[in-house]
Amino acid sequence: MNWQNLLVQFVLSYVSTICFGILLHIPLRAYNSAGIIGGGVWVVYWIMYYHQHVGLAISNLIAAILISLLSMVAARHLKMPMIVFNVPALVTFVPGGQAYKLVRNFVIGDYHLAMIYFYQVVVIAGAITLGFGLGELMIRAVNYLHNVLLKSSKSKA
Amino acid sequence: MLTEQRRILALRTCVLAGRLLIENGSNMERVNDTLDRMARNVGLRNFQAFTTLTGIVASSDDLPNSQVADIRRRKNDLSKVVAVNEVSRELAAGIIELPEAHAQLKSIERQVTIRWQNLLEALAAAILSAALMIVFTRDVTEWWAALIIGGVGYAVFSFVIRKFKIQYLGEFCASLVIGLLSVLTVDLGWAHNANSLIIGGVMPLVPGIPLTNAARDIVSGNLISGPTRGIEAILTAVSIGSAIVIVMRFF
Repeated sequence: MNWQNLLVQFVLSYVSTICFGILLHIPLRAYNSAGIIGGGVWVVYWIMYYHQHVGLAISNLIAAILISLLSMVAARHLKMPMIVFNVPALVTFVPGGQAYKLVRNFVIGDYHLAMIYFYQVVVIAGAITLGFGLGELMIRAVNYLHNVLLKSSKSKA
Repeated sequence: MLTEQRRILALRTCVLAGRLLIENGSNMERVNDTLDRMARNVGLRNFQAFTTLTGIVASSDDLPNSQVADIRRRKNDLSKVVAVNEVSRELAAGIIELPEAHAQLKSIERQVTIRWQNLLEALAAAILSAALMIVFTRDVTEWWAALIIGGVGYAVFSFVIRKFKIQYLGEFCASLVIGLLSVLTVDLGWAHNANSLIIGGVMPLVPGIPLTNAARDIVSGNLISGPTRGIEAILTAVSIGSAIVIVMRFF
């Protein structure tokens, strides 16, 4: 694990997150936070998948949970809807390359490779869905705990 | 007590806000949340909204009739979502009144894109293609080809969408151009891997918002909008894929 490579990955995914944000017309003051979320989570994913070998599903799951949580923090902080941060940050995780290879191998007639890529697409999409759900659950749990603690401290006082 | 006129305006404002949010790619839970909050703030009793991807039906106990909004075309313009959110926030804080909120929503609806927006978007798509091609394929030498192909592909996409206004056909034409250009570049010997060029080129067209929204809507239990958004994402992906398939079939 050399840090130059990680830095290059961070810069590239930071730039691509901001570019995707421009395509979706996100406001100017959200660029930097969205880019940092996209780049940072991509570096975490890179370490998990290529260096720690955690597996495709778990890496995507943890990445999606992280994106969801960090977007919530950024949305609270900058007073903008969460969608402004989590959609651009997801651009490096969307299984576009795998979907393309799936279609290509299907047309060429290599059904074995096509099935492999099909499973990869399903696993990634499923992991991202589940990750967003779990992230939402965590946010609600934190909110709930916050409210409960606030109430108990008020009733004591 | 609210007057009849003001109640009608309140309902109309809520429906307009919901329509703007759905048209520009917000997720459904967010739409329902915003509508409920706005209705509570303007004083409508027992506000009910049935929101789907293609239309809204909203009613309140104070009014005999319900309001319907028809949603024909959907695009992804998050700046309008942020603007509607801002209006709702100001209405809740009491900074602006109801007529002003309605006027602001109207002006958000009419807002047109600036003139060099298309050029900027094509440039962003070009850089996105080059960066993602390097990330995905670790192919550093051919970044310039992905830059040009991605930019041209996105320019074709936005041109077709603007001129002819048919959904899914813009992605199809753009992918056709991307596939042809990639194959041509490799045939001329300027690059050696058409696959990575195509992967980089189609990345700006990948349906990111519908996919995310489908996932979030299904997770939050909205069984009408979730699968519909999923179908939207799948149709877009299929139109990209079939264009690439056509190119590969002949070359």
